Amino acid sequence: MKKYTYLVLGLLGFAALLNSCGNGNQGKSSSGALNSSNAEKVYVAPGEHDEFYAFMSGGYSGNLTVYGLPSGRMFKEIPVFSQFPTSGYGYSEETKPMLNTSHGFVPWDDSHHPDISQTNGELDGRWIFINGNNTPRIARISLSTFETEEIIEVPNSAGNHSSSFVTENTEYVVAGTRFSVPIPQRDMPINQYKGNFQGSLSFISVDPEHGHMDIKFQIIMPGFNYDLSHPGRGKSHGWFFFTTYNTEEASTLQEVNSSQNDKDFIAAINWKKVEEYVNNGGGTKMPANYAHNVYDESTHTATTTMKKEVVTVNPLDVPGAVFFLPTPKSPHGCDVDPTGQYIIGNGKLSADLTIHSFDNMIAAIEGKKFDGEAYGIPILKFEDVLAGTVKSGGLGPLHTEFDGKGNAYTTFFISSEVVKWKLGTWEVIDRKPTYYSVGHLMIPGGNSRKPFGKYVVALNKITKDRYLPVGPEMEHSAQIYDISGDKMELLYDFPTHGEPHYAAGIPAELLAPKSKKFYKLADNKHPYATLGAADAKVERDGKDVHIYMSTIRSHFTPDNIEGVKVGDKVYFHITNQEQDFDVPHGFAVIGANNSELLIMPGQTKTLVWEPKQVGVWPFYCTDFCSALHQEMQGYIRVSPANSNLELSWSLGD
Amino acid sequence: MKKASVLMIIGSFLLMGLFAFPLWNIMLGAPQYPDPLGMDIYIDGIKGVEEFDIQNIDGLNHYIGMKTIPKPEEMWEFTTFPYVIGGMVFLGVMVGLMGYFEKLSYKGFIAWFVIMSVLGLLGMYDFNAWMIDYGTNLDPHAIMKISNPDGTPMTYKPPLFGNQKMLNFDVTSLPSIGAYMMFAGMSLTLGASYMGWKSKGTKVKQQLKKAVAA
Repeated sequence: MKKYTYLVLGLLGFAALLNSCGNGNQGKSSSGALNSSNAEKVYVAPGEHDEFYAFMSGGYSGNLTVYGLPSGRMFKEIPVFSQFPTSGYGYSEETKPMLNTSHGFVPWDDSHHPDISQTNGELDGRWIFINGNNTPRIARISLSTFETEEIIEVPNSAGNHSSSFVTENTEYVVAGTRFSVPIPQRDMPINQYKGNFQGSLSFISVDPEHGHMDIKFQIIMPGFNYDLSHPGRGKSHGWFFFTTYNTEEASTLQEVNSSQNDKDFIAAINWKKVEEYVNNGGGTKMPANYAHNVYDESTHTATTTMKKEVVTVNPLDVPGAVFFLPTPKSPHGCDVDPTGQYIIGNGKLSADLTIHSFDNMIAAIEGKKFDGEAYGIPILKFEDVLAGTVKSGGLGPLHTEFDGKGNAYTTFFISSEVVKWKLGTWEVIDRKPTYYSVGHLMIPGGNSRKPFGKYVVALNKITKDRYLPVGPEMEHSAQIYDISGDKMELLYDFPTHGEPHYAAGIPAELLAPKSKKFYKLADNKHPYATLGAADAKVERDGKDVHIYMSTIRSHFTPDNIEGVKVGDKVYFHITNQEQDFDVPHGFAVIGANNSELLIMPGQTKTLVWEPKQVGVWPFYCTDFCSALHQEMQGYIRVSPANSNLELSWSLGD
Repeated sequence: MKKASVLMIIGSFLLMGLFAFPLWNIMLGAPQYPDPLGMDIYIDGIKGVEEFDIQNIDGLNHYIGMKTIPKPEEMWEFTTFPYVIGGMVFLGVMVGLMGYFEKLSYKGFIAWFVIMSVLGLLGMYDFNAWMIDYGTNLDPHAIMKISNPDGTPMTYKPPLFGNQKMLNFDVTSLPSIGAYMMFAGMSLTLGASYMGWKSKGTKVKQQLKKAVAA
């Protein structure tokens, strides 16, 4: 077998040699798996940069990962909803407040759908938003520092799944509940779900300057499961669409019981109408308790504010704002094409796609062509709003993205494929298999009026057989297809971290030039910052010891500290004095019950250490910073609790 | 002579560029600094090309025991040079004006040019001497002590002009805008001298030859 392999490799090598010595026609004649032009399309030479940034949700990692397209190289993992020992996020005193909720400190979440901020329906590259599904939260991440700057908890919500998608000018980011729950929460029998549980759709306003989020209003909907959503755009700007399942309102064995109705709904929300109603004093101020965590770049510190109130809106109080569009077979994905005309609901149990027309919907509403109501909300007639059906021949359609050239691309989970079809004629143009079980797919700018339709990335759930085996657990697989031609072409596949659900992509030229390189020390307003090595000091405040420490290649100031006692609470406040791109210093101390710190140039971070044993304990830099990185270390002497040793500190003699 | 005098005035006035633009520039590039670090040398001090370049150069230089890059108050040159240049501009303009009003012949222009050239050479000598001190007078406790193949301790004097490889750094030292303006200005004053001389005829030419030879 081995000999055979060598023989094949030898032949390939020979063929390659022939090709390279040939008449300059190489690459064109080859085909299939050895098509060298495909390799060229994803090859980004050393030192060259990728064309797009791709931000992939981490799913159960709770974070967001940054990749380059077309190379599939991973650049960074941005900690969002999960503690991250690599940098100390969620462990350092400054970042712990980011994970505060009404349930206390929740150091993990399930991050699903990232979406980049927009202006006039086009990506503007200011922020990226992502939802925490488990303990409902929405995070805002800066696209200049690539750090999480804000997390707002969403009350009256559970399974924050149909989010976080932004409207055309980032007026709102939505947070729709997947699980309906008692609102307000209370002790009640679960089997009385029907008619008693409700679903909230939260519209979170975004300050255009600072990006600060605030829950403007929550629409309290019937107790269905609100699965996914997308904003209207262009002509349908001002509307938001949410798919539902379990319109049966079953509370047990939903696998069967929520699949009984042939049609569930897409909820169409005229948020501009609701906004106007709220601006005019409408809605009910309801007591609530939810955390709003904001990270300040100048103090390098997050703070938590507990909010006590939320404005809720009963849809029946705003006539003409909410309608149901019947959509077959438990629709999952809800996607709106770049023109804003077509609303695509993919029945995850069907073979066909259902496409509604926004114009038809408006005509039906104006003509009051209703087919009954659900909890007082008008249901439009299926035939009146339908624009067409794609008879796909696939199974289990989930999500659709668009190339901006009149084509749509839909993933089929059960039949593991991406199907390309034409908007308006509904004909299938092309289909390509995925490996395997594809969930979301992403075209850069896919949730905007201007998609950059060069590549589509398929985010697959099952990876087996694609890479070298690494035991039972493996990373998920993404695939990149070239969609610049009539037919899709699979270029490359690569492992991704966590379980990427959705992704957002943006041309590199829109982000790279404004990416921050370091923090200016002069702008550091951290209360415990050490702006120069001369300011380094140690202070005692009862049992709290505050160490103002500075770092620079290749030493800590101070490097010897004495006078700390067992039972003290030692705060290492470390400021990195470097003012150079990509020169962080790390900090770790023996026996710390948290993590290391990774401190960026100009930044201050704080680690708490509670010495329990007498001794002389070392601390050191964890990030290889210079030729003398290994010498970047120091000692802290811990004396018995009853010691009278005065605090002292030093560097050099 | 009037045209020559105007040229003389413009020429000496171009030296004013040294108050706004750097005289010299030294760039340090290395694999880990694809965007090179750089310092601009002005007549009244040294500044980084980017805001934190000086801090970063000092940070690197401490490994080999170099002194930190001098602040303006740490070198007498930075307080003296502005007066020297200012004085030469004043003198040049005065010489030019006197030429314009026929109070002075082209020889005054030549004299100014010669003084300026001597001062310039002295300045270059001083600059080079400073770089020798900076690159060889190293802290004996330096972390890194590197020897040349012949066993002598390596020195780190940047080149006065041109490019030199120093350890992992490519060091490029070249005149900058202020110097080019000064060169242009001095060329103009030389041109002014030539024009003044031409308008005087051959008798004077011979005298000039003597002057230049001297």
